[in-house]
Amino acid sequence: MTAPLAAVPALLPALPELVLAAGSLILVLIGALAGSGSTRFVQAMTVVVLLVACGLVLGQSETREITFHGAFIVDGFARFMKVIVLLASALSLVMAQGFLNRHKANAFEFPVLVLLSTLGMMVMISAHDLIALYLGLELSSLALYVIAAFRRDDLKSTEAGLKYFVLGALSSGMLLYGASLVYGFTGSVEFTAIAKALNGHASSGVIFGLAFLMAGLAFKISAVPFHMWTPDVYEGSPTPVTTFFASAPKLAAMAMTVRVVMTAFPDIAAQWQQIIVFIALGSMGLGAFAAIGQTNIKRLLAYSSIGHIGFALVGLAAGTINGVQGVAIYMALYVVMTLGAFACVLGMRRGDHYVETIDELAGLGRTNPGMAFGMAMIMFSLAGIPPLAGFFAKWYVFVAAVEAKLYALAVIGVLTSVVGAFYYLRIVKIMYFDEPKEAFAPLDGTLKTVLLASTLIVFLFWLWPAPLVNAALVAAQSLH
Amino acid sequence: MSVAAAFFYLFSGVAVASAFMVVASRNPVHSVLFLILAFVNAAGLFLLLGAEFLAMILIVVYVGAVAVLFLFVVMMLDVDFSELREGFLDYLPFGGLLGIVFLIELVLVLGTYYTAPDAMHQTAQAAKAAHDGLSNTAALGRVLYTEHVFYFQSAGMVLLVAMIGAIVLTLQHKPGVKRQDIGAQVARNKQTAMEIKSVKPGQGL
Repeated sequence: MTAPLAAVPALLPALPELVLAAGSLILVLIGALAGSGSTRFVQAMTVVVLLVACGLVLGQSETREITFHGAFIVDGFARFMKVIVLLASALSLVMAQGFLNRHKANAFEFPVLVLLSTLGMMVMISAHDLIALYLGLELSSLALYVIAAFRRDDLKSTEAGLKYFVLGALSSGMLLYGASLVYGFTGSVEFTAIAKALNGHASSGVIFGLAFLMAGLAFKISAVPFHMWTPDVYEGSPTPVTTFFASAPKLAAMAMTVRVVMTAFPDIAAQWQQIIVFIALGSMGLGAFAAIGQTNIKRLLAYSSIGHIGFALVGLAAGTINGVQGVAIYMALYVVMTLGAFACVLGMRRGDHYVETIDELAGLGRTNPGMAFGMAMIMFSLAGIPPLAGFFAKWYVFVAAVEAKLYALAVIGVLTSVVGAFYYLRIVKIMYFDEPKEAFAPLDGTLKTVLLASTLIVFLFWLWPAPLVNAALVAAQSLH
Repeated sequence: MSVAAAFFYLFSGVAVASAFMVVASRNPVHSVLFLILAFVNAAGLFLLLGAEFLAMILIVVYVGAVAVLFLFVVMMLDVDFSELREGFLDYLPFGGLLGIVFLIELVLVLGTYYTAPDAMHQTAQAAKAAHDGLSNTAALGRVLYTEHVFYFQSAGMVLLVAMIGAIVLTLQHKPGVKRQDIGAQVARNKQTAMEIKSVKPGQGL
């Protein structure tokens, strides 16, 4: 019996992913064979591979393409998110160099794991069925667990890795349970087929599955009530790893959440909207109030990230094209601000000793005016003070929420944003009005560049918002 | 009673009995051995169902890898299980609660057939079993590298990450460890291995 040869699935849409996969395999081999001497080369090549993949994503055609028997989709939304994820990964790798070298924690595995995690995020963003979604999620998370514990001699780092792993496994379990229920009650794992099978009617089993699915996804974006791991993991992980955690994975998980609810459950929006509204309210509230008492800057930024995820979810709760556009703009600007903020955190160094408490920033305005100005602008922007970028990010999501008649959500969002401004402004006050402490060592060149770029984008976004806003609109429209 | 039915009762009877012995036996090594017996019988049940691939995987993965791993852990850690079992009754309320929860879930699952009868029709387009004379294994092999190649390769990358992670987090390069270097041993000869010193009488070295 001769079986007919199966047609090779279209590989071109997945070309960036293939480049990342092949690149990571080759770099692992180079690192393993050439030993520790090759670390620098592997690091440089990883950044090159990420940038090449980014170029390939930009070069892909505008149309929507589905391949691998419905498992993999490339559309405007995927392209938008992938470009930011790839750039954020490359930047956090570049920013990590100084820290890792000074801690003698520099091994070739670090960039390779970041590369593999990024590959997982790309798969997550492009996932068009539940199996691909889970595989992408697991690929990215597993690499993240390892790099959280990368300084294995450091008690806090190993604790962070273990905590993240155990809670992450739990959330994966919930996600899988939800996915199995959704599959069981709709008969398909593919998003569009699920939407077609539901046909606007949701049986209780599907709603049950949806709730579990959302719980698993909420863990990955660290939304309340599944946020508990975030402060500990952010604080315990080596700072460059925290930088990475706060940027690319957040964006990828958010993109995945948006795609799941918008393409698999578009007709039962009322069912997931209330879940999103609930976790958005919780995240914004917790982000605003729990950050007030923090003394560690990484912990503070962890609570800040929980709050910002809440704000971004406000756009998703609207469930409209404008809402998704708002989420895309919000997450893009959030990544820019986060990378800038962490460039400052990575610059809090005296000699070879890194410090993390907020009090150490005292008097930075006099000892290092440039860094203080950048940090202050980013803090103002995170607080959402016009005319900085963070204000416009919030503007788009709140306008979408108001258009969708979610008035209460928008009002509470604005109120928590006012409360949250307190702790951002406190950092500015400490930097400019407190008695100076011993000056930090001068910023590394890469950190300076990232901080400068981030500050410029934050500061000048209002002059020329069109590229990002239009790209986000194209991305949002491609989901419908 | 047909042969298949006889084997079904044989396999399931031994499986249930050995599963009970896993919990009941005093020696943890015996527990693991009974666990292996339970796995093998479950594999037999799969064979009766015509799922020969699943049966083989069960033997290879669970008996060959997982249970042997258990055996190693039990033997190496030297856990005193009789001590662990002393507080058994203290956990009974919590364990009973979990049991009730599972019971409710079972009832819910069965109840679904009555509360949402249309769910049965929605699963109509689910994957159909291969009927065109293909064996289970051949049918799986046919789709694994064609329809499911993306999942297959992604899962491969996940396993690669797991391997790299295990090495990064646990491999220690201790500088002081003396390793056998056979090349160096063989290359030794009288000239390099010995040094002749003339010691004068009455003096040490």
